[in-house]
Amino acid sequence: MVDAQETSVAPILSAHRVSKSFGEIPVLFSIDFDVRPGEVHAIIGENGAGKSTLIKILSGIEQPTSGSIAFDGQTVELPPDGKAEAMGIVLIHQELNLAEHLTVADSIFLGRELKRFGFLDTGEMRRRARAVMETLHVSVDPDARINTLSVADKQMVEIAKAISRDARVLIMDEPTAVLSVSETQTLFEQIKRLTARGVAVVFISHKLDEIMELANRVTVLRDGQLIATVGTQALTPDSIAQMMVGRELSNLYPPKHEPNVDAPVVLRVRNLDAATVKNISFDLRKGEILGFAGLIGSGRTAVAEAVVGLAQKSAGEVTLNGEPVNFTRVAQSVDAGVAYMTKDRKGKGLLLNMGLRPNLTLLTLKNHLRAGFLDTSSEDRALERAVRRFDIRARDASVAVGRLSGGNQQKLMLGKTMESDPDIIIMDEPTRGIDVGTKQQIYHIIAALAAEGKAVIVISSELQEVIGLSHRVVVMRTGRIAGVLEGAEITEEEIMRYAAGIKQSGHDERISA
Amino acid sequence: MSVSAPDIAAKPARGFRPDLKTIGPLVALALLILLGITLNENFLSYNNITNVLARSSFIGIIAIGATFVITSGGLDLSVGSMAAVIAGVMIMVMNWLIPSFGIGWSVILAGMAAGILIGGAAGIGNGLMITRGRIEAFIVTLGTMGIFRSLVTFLADGGTLSLNFQVADVYRPVYYDGLLGIPYPILVFALVAIGGEIVMRRTSFGRHCAAIGSNEQVARYSSINVDNVRLITYILQGILVGVAVLLYVPRLGSASSTTGVLWELEAIAAVIIGGTTLKGGYGRVWGTVVGVVILGLIGNILNLQSFISPYLNGAFQGVIIILAVLLQRGGRRD
Ligand SMILES: Nc1ncnc2c1ncn2[C@@H]1O[C@H](COP(=O)(O)OP(=O)(O)OP(=O)(O)O)[C@@H](O)[C@H]1O
Ligand SMILES: [Mg+2]
Repeated sequence: MVDAQETSVAPILSAHRVSKSFGEIPVLFSIDFDVRPGEVHAIIGENGAGKSTLIKILSGIEQPTSGSIAFDGQTVELPPDGKAEAMGIVLIHQELNLAEHLTVADSIFLGRELKRFGFLDTGEMRRRARAVMETLHVSVDPDARINTLSVADKQMVEIAKAISRDARVLIMDEPTAVLSVSETQTLFEQIKRLTARGVAVVFISHKLDEIMELANRVTVLRDGQLIATVGTQALTPDSIAQMMVGRELSNLYPPKHEPNVDAPVVLRVRNLDAATVKNISFDLRKGEILGFAGLIGSGRTAVAEAVVGLAQKSAGEVTLNGEPVNFTRVAQSVDAGVAYMTKDRKGKGLLLNMGLRPNLTLLTLKNHLRAGFLDTSSEDRALERAVRRFDIRARDASVAVGRLSGGNQQKLMLGKTMESDPDIIIMDEPTRGIDVGTKQQIYHIIAALAAEGKAVIVISSELQEVIGLSHRVVVMRTGRIAGVLEGAEITEEEIMRYAAGIKQSGHDERISA
Repeated sequence: MSVSAPDIAAKPARGFRPDLKTIGPLVALALLILLGITLNENFLSYNNITNVLARSSFIGIIAIGATFVITSGGLDLSVGSMAAVIAGVMIMVMNWLIPSFGIGWSVILAGMAAGILIGGAAGIGNGLMITRGRIEAFIVTLGTMGIFRSLVTFLADGGTLSLNFQVADVYRPVYYDGLLGIPYPILVFALVAIGGEIVMRRTSFGRHCAAIGSNEQVARYSSINVDNVRLITYILQGILVGVAVLLYVPRLGSASSTTGVLWELEAIAAVIIGGTTLKGGYGRVWGTVVGVVILGLIGNILNLQSFISPYLNGAFQGVIIILAVLLQRGGRRD
């Protein structure tokens, strides 16, 4: 299984027969887990398998119901509420955990502010914050407020915050879910630098290629059970996936049906200008899946938001089934059959303190009115349908959505969007934080939607996903369309060439090609 | 573990079980009633109970409006002063109309209409400044609170505005009489409460209020017209202040610069005691009703006994408010 040489290093942090229940519900069953100095130990498993719960126990945020934790060979009871940081156990949460109104520098030094003569040394904190951000190749101003940053930048601030602490164990819960390929690569460089210094890293990700690249060992959880802990060299992405879901996973992507070039154009965008994007033109046909690729921050979300009326357009026109439209509020686009699913499920997608039902029907409450009053049994039926269709796993419907596992939140949001029965669906990072098994389900759902005549735009930073799903791919770069690819042109290299600006097409002649 | 429909219907949207947070206010109310009974045998008498409830009904009606404002993440500090202005203007309008309408119900109905209109207009003013002007609700309503208060002092010329005696005689039954032995203010309070509970629980507007208070961005992305819903909560609040004043004017027949002082705090306190979260996102009207009654009973019980000075009324209310919030937090931590 694992190299003899590696086994000789004593683990720095370990869990012995740890079980955890929330109330009556068991979530983890007698898990053994350990991580050694200088290694990256990945945890993988389906949504709701208990990964986040396990690392919360390893960092003291949750207490195990039974079992014990050892740190440096000593059995310890970790202090709650993140105080284990003082011992060198640093956790980056799955859901971003920053105070929205603080500046970047304030956030990085939160709780261990630098002082001079008893007063905050803001100059020094700003300088060091800038230095840390530079090692991560992120260009954000240390004085910028968190709430002005993109999700990816927020995640990088979290990472900067964690690596600037003197961590002995660094635990990361899906840090790359919101990062682009290049950001992920910088993060990995930093992780490798840290492990070379003897830091132990625990890493959760649904992206199996990342696991193969980074991890020394992999622990697989399924339904709260420990399936195996294996050295990475003994694994292939396929065998990991199989262990995760407990069945063989073939055909991650459904077969592409032939796009019908004669199908009518349902959405036509011409010369659209909005805050951060310029001169956007593209066509979307009935039954087509149109991918939007590009680096994070290239303006894909801005295009979608301008089209559905969430952001203001400064110029350009949008035509829907041949009719010019100008949505200024989401309600109008929803009524017209255009739905947009945000990528920021925590900040813009779901009401975390509420249950499943009000979240599912929020966009479409007017479908659940009887004589002007809400018909909760009709909402319940909708929830039942969505739970079945999207395989949403929750303990019960009254559980606050913030307590669902990340993947189940994503599936609920997909259900919410589909409730409006749109003809055109714009999905922004539809599989963020979703396990492979569920990804496969969602890909099949998307393909089925297109096959039954809906038009789908998939904005995704996962190239494989864009390539596997799309009939055509629009590649964006710094707020403009760099190129439109179709057929055999849709390859990873080609997309990257356009996304990185190595190649540029006069796309105007080919927009509707 | 999939969800099944009966599961969903059985449980409230928030919290895991009917814990202290849900039943806390009811338990507190029951304890107060027990305490009242042991202290004084007259406590449960018809007179005492109707008296307490009738006096609580003004705050109660206002607090139901406040429940919607607070649930959607807003705040209205101006309701007390607004009540004073409405009372003052109503009295002036009625006195002014007597020559043309004569003494009788027509004058009173005109006065009532004026009261509701002014309440609605004040709500529109607050709401527009908050939603279109993008100024914090706290600041806007702190401002209008001062404006309304000085306005009523100005209208009364520093003294008291009194309703014409004969009109007051006609109007008086609206506070003192009732139907089947239940005073009108209590009836109106009950109607507003039932209506409010239905609106909160069973209409899109109520759901939208909670959604906006929970996360305004999510609401916006879910095609909710955030500004309009907010605006409506302030208008509703204004109209309900108007309704409360309609019932209040016949009680004293006058208005002065001290009318409605601290009503805003009592209303907010009642809302919080009832379990609505101050930062929005979750509200319940029945809780507010319980909160209002709790506050009313504290004063009443202090008056019915002789061990503790009734001057400590405010202190007891304060303790209850803090306890209520502590209980809420206990519930949320689970
Ligand atoms: N605080 C909590 N209260 C109740 N149940 C919880 C709580 N936290 C997690 N759970 C439940 O425990 C189970 C495991 O959740 P966990 O977040 O550990 O999953 P995960 O493996 O991280 O999934 P994902 O890949 O979707 O992030 C889920 O069914 C979840 O609903
Ligand atoms: Mg997780």
